[in-house]
Amino acid sequence: MSTAVATNKLTRKDFITDQDVRWCPGCGDYAILAQVQKVMPELGVARENIVFISGIGCSSRFPYYMNTYGFHSIHGRAPAIASGLKITRPELSIWVVTGDGDGLSIGGNHLIHLLRRNIDVNVLLFNNRIYGLTKGQYSPTSEMGKVTKSTPAGSADFPFSPLTVALGAQATFMARTIDVEAKHLQDMIKRAYAHKGTSFVEILQNCNIFNDGAFADLSDRDSKADHQLVLEHGKPMIFGKDRNKGIRLRDQKLEVVTIGETISEGDLLVHDEQNAMLAFLLAHMGPPQFPTPIGVLRAVERQLYEEIVAEQINKAQQRGIGDLDELLHRGDTWVVR
Amino acid sequence: MAVPPPDSIGATALKSTEERESVVIRFCGDSGDGMQVAGMQFTAESALAGNDFSTLPDFPAEIRAPTGTLAGVSGFQLNFSSREVFTPGDDLDVLVAMNPAALKSNLADLQAGGILIVDQEQFNEQNLTKAGYKASPLADASLAAYQLFKVDITKLTAATLRDSNLPARTVNRCKNFFALGLVSWLFHRPIGSTEQWLEQRFKKTPELAQANMRVLRAGYNFGDTTEIFAHSYEIKPARITPGTYRNITGNTALALGLVVAARQAGRPLFLGCYPITPASDVLHELATFKNFGVYAFQAEDEIAGVGAALGAAFGGAIGVTTTSGPGMCLKAETVNLAISVELPLVICDIQRGGPSTGLPTKTEQADLLMAMYGRNSDSPIPILAPTTPADCFDMAIEAVRLATKYMTPVILLSDGYLANGAEPWLIPKVADLPPVDVEFRTDPEGFFPYLRDPHTLSRPWVIPGTPNMEHRIGGLEKEHITGNVSYAPANHEQMVRVRASKIAGIAADIPPTEVHGPPDGDLVVVGWGSTYGSIAAAVLDAQRRGQSVAHVHLRHLNPLPRDLGDILKSFKQVLVPEMNMGQLIKILRAEYLVDAVGINKIQGLPFKVSELTQRINRMLRMLEA
Repeated sequence: MSTAVATNKLTRKDFITDQDVRWCPGCGDYAILAQVQKVMPELGVARENIVFISGIGCSSRFPYYMNTYGFHSIHGRAPAIASGLKITRPELSIWVVTGDGDGLSIGGNHLIHLLRRNIDVNVLLFNNRIYGLTKGQYSPTSEMGKVTKSTPAGSADFPFSPLTVALGAQATFMARTIDVEAKHLQDMIKRAYAHKGTSFVEILQNCNIFNDGAFADLSDRDSKADHQLVLEHGKPMIFGKDRNKGIRLRDQKLEVVTIGETISEGDLLVHDEQNAMLAFLLAHMGPPQFPTPIGVLRAVERQLYEEIVAEQINKAQQRGIGDLDELLHRGDTWVVR
Repeated sequence: MAVPPPDSIGATALKSTEERESVVIRFCGDSGDGMQVAGMQFTAESALAGNDFSTLPDFPAEIRAPTGTLAGVSGFQLNFSSREVFTPGDDLDVLVAMNPAALKSNLADLQAGGILIVDQEQFNEQNLTKAGYKASPLADASLAAYQLFKVDITKLTAATLRDSNLPARTVNRCKNFFALGLVSWLFHRPIGSTEQWLEQRFKKTPELAQANMRVLRAGYNFGDTTEIFAHSYEIKPARITPGTYRNITGNTALALGLVVAARQAGRPLFLGCYPITPASDVLHELATFKNFGVYAFQAEDEIAGVGAALGAAFGGAIGVTTTSGPGMCLKAETVNLAISVELPLVICDIQRGGPSTGLPTKTEQADLLMAMYGRNSDSPIPILAPTTPADCFDMAIEAVRLATKYMTPVILLSDGYLANGAEPWLIPKVADLPPVDVEFRTDPEGFFPYLRDPHTLSRPWVIPGTPNMEHRIGGLEKEHITGNVSYAPANHEQMVRVRASKIAGIAADIPPTEVHGPPDGDLVVVGWGSTYGSIAAAVLDAQRRGQSVAHVHLRHLNPLPRDLGDILKSFKQVLVPEMNMGQLIKILRAEYLVDAVGINKIQGLPFKVSELTQRINRMLRMLEA
């Protein structure tokens, strides 16, 4: 987390660049950009200490629109670039913006290793379950059987759930939110910032050109209450328009129950961000049987890679800062007169 | 068995001593026989004896190939001399072969009349069969051309340690020191440095230090007292520039150069890489330099290694990645990103035989054209090539200097021969080394990310954390000056041209070509990289014969020195030796329209001096005709 505090009170406007935003009209990315720009001033980080790094794809244009330091890099490699920057400049607040293709397909390897090392970088993965910039091929999160330009007979690929990948990679923080849930999205960004370690936030994002309505159940006003399970630490898992449905664990399996005569709130699962088993169950939970959990699924502490490295360097330097002449003379030497 | 110290024995005086100018010796045996250690200690002894030298280890790609087989043979070659040494040597004067497989795979390099020392007991049926011998070469006349010394190395080692209580296996592993002791006597090497080394190496197990020392002395005394050896040899000290020396391999020199350069620049060094032969030793070295503030990041793959280095460079560190050919293929896209965003980055390619996995432990210099052209679009990049192991130190500093001054990635092409080969290095004083000036722009007044310095054409290095200078960089084409994304046709052409001009302009910032020999004449031999030693020796020989031959060795391959074209045209013929199918030659022909001739060796082995001498002679004869 950044320590340098902004001296002047910044506003959302301070984070808007003079570049024309070039996403398709109606794209979910606009909403995410607006919320990120809104939250940034509230983090209390000096603008010059914020860096947005991205790969390739629609979402990866994000840094051009943030008036911070930014690096629009190459496909899938943002986590690697962010790692090198954070290790050497731990005081910076670094944000990786990626997508389901960039982060889970071409860059899957870097993402899992970033999470495993627990470098204090915040990852925002925009999941629209389609390839947008290359014009509509299926992605690693597209549902099986999906008909796209590259899969006219339906996709044969079994999809990833980004959160199960993150959990498998030993992520210390993982959350899910939705592009149009402004308040929730803001909260998740703040939580990601506050977490010490790699923060992984999956943002369900609508691509209105190539995969419109992919998350309609979750975002439409009429249906969302029955399809979202909003997680809150220490609170029972309740959802539904009438707040009368809940999640119960029975015979080591999750089930949807209705609160009423036989079942009370006390029978429901209570969310615990530190419970690894719960994180596993929630990461795998979803339609059609279950609602989609949103919120912080997991938040645990583990020492940061960059802290361990810095400690090793400090320790070595406490024994004496390296002397170059001494270094060059190491090993067997001999004098010729 | 109590052994008196070697210097108290007078028997040597009773045997004749022959003076030699230089000797090429190779120790070879099974990869578990400790031949590298024996070779390195013999090198240290020779350094202390005041000789100039050059060494080359040769080990199998397999960590533990089956014992006794041809695939498991490991060797270490040393050329030591009372004159200046350029290479580890062509043909061997002495071959120490610890088993039949070692003999079989190395005998061809031993010159007629050369000394051949073998461990007699290892020539048993089992080992002979493994090596593919139908009959023992010790029993027939097949070794008649050599001075064959059949020594019971294994048996004598066991006898020396009979009373030691050490397990037989441990005793057996001491036999390399018997061989070392014997050849140390043969060439009048002082063994004190080896004894000190053993004490240090086995500090925690003094019984092993003692055992090896006893075997070492037993080997020494064996040479001295038995009548097997009638002669010993003396190699007088070489005339060497006074100063303090150490023995250094290319990979160590490279690591040290990077540390020094980063310190000269006042910036932390960040190495991002993935282990790969023969580059891994640079990572190993740098990982130990934490007290110099060095970050050694072992990434998940080659791409992440260079990506992290570029990220560190964005933040103001000296970003470096090290690799070999297969890794270079993977890094190409990130290198191109560095070209586009114009950030400093040093890419060290320790070349090996290819294509694909190729010959991981063998040398080749076949990545030059990949370094020049192996990226999409017009993407010029400075390319440097050290000439000797010690030169890796200087070229590492030069790579950092160019990268930071011109805001560009720089490729440094070393190779397996330089990486593992070693030579004496006159240790420089850090205060005498060239400065590396790095400045970050912090003044927001009139700042644009791609507003260039009019002289260097570099863009300013502005690191995150600098107030009021927030900006975005990326791989999309940028507008001249502002750095905003631009697809405008004329702007793209301007940017492609300015990137090319920036790199081409470096030619004004590099030393003029050094011509070793006459400024004009019959033949100039042009090389690059690790062929330096062979070419230098061959050309020097030719000059001593009175032939009109000069040597040019390019350390800057892109851009080339500005005077090179005129120099090449001052000679009637141009010969370009390369350990590839002809890569520099293509560049020279394209740049200067010279009718250069190539000599190409693609065997995973360096040129022999004699191979170059033959070609030089043939070309000069053709000229006469």
